[in-house]
Parts: sequence; C-alpha cells; structure tokens
Amino acid sequence: MLLVPCPHCGPRNAADLRYVGETTARPDPTAVEPEAWRGYLYLRDNPAGRLTEMWYCRSGCRRYFTLERDTVTNEFDNSPLPFPKGSRS
Amino acid sequence: MTRMKKPARYSAAGLIKRGITGESWPRAWRDHELRSSYDVVIIGAGVHGLAAAYYLAANHGITNVAVLDKGYVGGGGSGRNTAIVRSNYLTPEGVAFYDRSLDLYNTMAADLNINVMFSERGHLTLAHTDGALRTMRWRAEVNKLQGIDSSVIGPDEIKALTPSLDTSPNTRYPILGALYHPPGGTIRHDAVNWGYARAADALGVQIHQNTEVTDIIVRGGDGGDRGDGSGGGDAKGPGGRVTGVRTTRGDIATPIVLNATAGWASLIAAMAGVRLPITTHPLQAAVTEPVKVFLPTVVVSGSLHVYVSQTDRGELVFGASVDPFATYDMRGSLDFTEELAGHVLELMPGISRMRLLRQWAGLCDMTPDYSPVMGFTPVEGFLCDVGWGTYGFKAGPVSGEQMAECIATGATPKLIAPFSLDRFAAGRLVGEKGAAAVGH
Repeated sequence: MLLVPCPHCGPRNAADLRYVGETTARPDPTAVEPEAWRGYLYLRDNPAGRLTEMWYCRSGCRRYFTLERDTVTNEFDNSPLPFPKGSRS
Repeated sequence: MTRMKKPARYSAAGLIKRGITGESWPRAWRDHELRSSYDVVIIGAGVHGLAAAYYLAANHGITNVAVLDKGYVGGGGSGRNTAIVRSNYLTPEGVAFYDRSLDLYNTMAADLNINVMFSERGHLTLAHTDGALRTMRWRAEVNKLQGIDSSVIGPDEIKALTPSLDTSPNTRYPILGALYHPPGGTIRHDAVNWGYARAADALGVQIHQNTEVTDIIVRGGDGGDRGDGSGGGDAKGPGGRVTGVRTTRGDIATPIVLNATAGWASLIAAMAGVRLPITTHPLQAAVTEPVKVFLPTVVVSGSLHVYVSQTDRGELVFGASVDPFATYDMRGSLDFTEELAGHVLELMPGISRMRLLRQWAGLCDMTPDYSPVMGFTPVEGFLCDVGWGTYGFKAGPVSGEQMAECIATGATPKLIAPFSLDRFAAGRLVGEKGAAAVGH
C-alpha cells in the first residue's frame, strides 16, 4: 500500500486517489506545432528517482495536487508543491 | 578468454549416457572477456535481446555481437511473466505480429534443441458484460479474417471446457460468454531464455552478465534541450550517431546499440538522448501450492482483472493488471493479494482452501496505446525494442527476428513498421488496449 500525503485530507491509501502522472510543461496550444504538442502529450522522462507528479484525490477532497516522490523507494516529499508552470490546475 | 567446453546437444541418448556415467552437462553458455569493439551491442539479456542476438547470427551471419545485462540471463520480465502465449489481439497489426510469434514458439523446441514445454491448451477470455461480449465478437472476426482460430462461445461450452468455473447466472459478474482461442497456451519461460542464450552462444554471440551499461556514447547530436531536465548541451539526441557504450567493465566501441530492456527502457534511451512515451509500472503475480490438475485452459477475465493457468507441477499462476502508479519498486502489496483472491474466488469458488505460496512483481514499460516501440530512433545506430507493457514475453521470438532483420538490412521490416517511435509524433497510434490491458 502506498500512503499518499494529500495536502487537504492527510495520508490516504493510493487506492483512494487517481494517479494522473508525471507533470510536463504545456506548450502554448495556440502556437505549438502538432509534433511538439504530441511530444507534450506522450513523451515522459520516467526517472528512477525524484519525480514530480500529479494526483487526484477522487474519494476525498476531489482536488488535484502535485507531489514529489522517489520512484525507487516510493518515499514522498511531504510538502505539497505549488503547480509547476504550465501544468494543469 | 575463459576456456569452457562448447555446449552439448540435448538428446535422449545424451541423457542416458550421463545417467550411467554420472558426467555432468557442460554450462549452457560461456563467459568471456569483454572485447574492445563489437558490430552490435544488445542491452538486456531477456527473451527479446537474446532472440535478436540469435537471429542476427542464425539468419544474417552477424556473430560479433555482445548481449549485456546488469543482472543475469532472464532475470527481468522474461523470468517474471506468467508464461502465456496467444495471438488473438484486436488490431490487424497486432494479430499479424503475435501470430508470427506463435509460429516461432511452435517450432522452437526443435529449432533451439531445448524442451520449452509448450502447451497449446486453449485460451479463454471471459466476458461479464455486454460491452465485453461485443469486443470479443469484434476480436473473433478480426482474428478469423487473418486465419486465426478464435471464436465466441457461450456459458455451456465454457463449462464443458473448464468445469471449475462458476458459470451460473447468480454470481456478481455472471459469465456471459468467452473468446475461445485454442492455439493459445503456456510455455516454460526460463527454457525459452536459456534456449536462445545457448543457441546464440553456440553461434559465437557473447553473453555478458553482471555488465551494466552506464552510458551510451553519441557523436554529432544536436544537443538541444530535450525537455528532460538535462538541458542538452551534449552531443546526444536527434541527428547524432552511436559510437560506443560505457559499461561497468570498460568501454566498447560499436556502431549499433539495441535497447531491449523492460523497466529501464526510458533510462537507457535517455543515455542516447532519446525520450520515450513510456512510464514504468510494476505488475504483480502470485502462485499457489501445487494440486492435482483441474484447470485445462488458460482463463482470463478483463472485468475481474485476473488471469490464471495451472502449471505442469500443479500450481495455479495468477496475474493481474499493473499497479496504478508509476514506480520502479517491485515490492508486493496486500491490496493486490486481497483483490486477486476475491476475484479468483468469484470465478472458481471451489479453490477457497488453496494457499498462496509466493508473490512477485516485474516492471512493465507502458505506452499510451498499449503497443510497443520498435525500430529506429532519431539517433543513428540506436534502436529500440521496448515499451512491451504487460505482453512482452509472448512477442519475444518475433521481436528478435524482426529486430535482427532491421539491424542487418538497415530497413524497417513490414511487420514492425506500425510500431515505430515516430508514430507518436505523427499521431498514428495503434490502440491495442482493448485486447492487451488485462488480456493475457
């Protein structure tokens, strides 16, 4: 079981949340070339280590938030981050 | 070079002889010193990498090949899967591809001179909803058009095939029908790995275990910011050309590197400056204590997220879908065991007293469309055979064969053309989720 530190509800089982995934900077949709837009949609760093990722607390506060986690140890950095520039809010 | 005896041919006569004389079998493949250069370096000594090495040597005469692995032969996904093979996929591209794989599995024992214990026992994909039944009919028709033995059957036929399934209408998820695929079955996955390793070794390919690749040397790349946090500024990335790899045992010069890893595909590709549309998720599996044979087919339920088969030793092997978040951690979880047990008992209430013996996980590289990434990349000489999600094992032989052709001819073979990396930039995805998400 993975305990996700929801900034509003406190630690919750990952099963109570939806994993949105790695955050990537969104290019300006009005100016971007289709190839770059698809790169934003599909390409991921997928690091073995620190990852900035988004979760959706579907059974609790129903809010999106961003966390940092080590993908090898699954340890969360307990302080929720502000949304990175360009990510969904 | 370490001197070791050449692998012996496996035969009944050899078995009897060694039974009498007590002589032991020689090692199946040899250890070597690392050469300073190879024609081809393959990263990952799993079924994909070993098969590619074998077909490079057997079909194309390219034998100056090194297969590098940071662990041991078949220690990743190739040894952690649930050993199910089938070809009843949803897209015509997928069906053609996996059917060729099944052909290769059929003749593998003779081709590689090893008993792979291939058991064509039949494969049932259960439908519990109208929607699932509709997809089954769709798949059956796609399969039939391509000459694959595949049809939709009703609860009575399912009961006749597999009596231990609860086909009554009174369950939470009643079984409405199933996609029946008689050529599907199970195979001894370790024997497949060992068979390819041994056959490739006999043809002159060098297998280097405990040899981790720490960097890929690329020259002439644009070094632009790839958006991966590295900032670029190196000679890697699109437009570059591979000149070698750096390993924990020394540097190797090579013009061609094949990334045939699972779980670490993104990290290896990043060494060449290539970003992949992949996230890594673990998939958990479990096995029970052995009992007498009672389950004659492979049973899969997408709605219940479980697939189950019985091994020749009598254990039930279970698998499920991948864990719902990306991680490189392979620890088991109680969530998985609990859910698995509940779902299996809904299908087969009769096994409630059986005990689970073991649980393990393997890493799966998931792509957005549940299809692999194969062939050339924007870096010359850097090829990928990755992104195999939860269904890589059954595609091992054909992937090896096609990647070997790709390397030897310098052109993308027709069978793998739909799975190229540039399909993402072009928006040409091959949606295989309907038949691959939990479809084992």
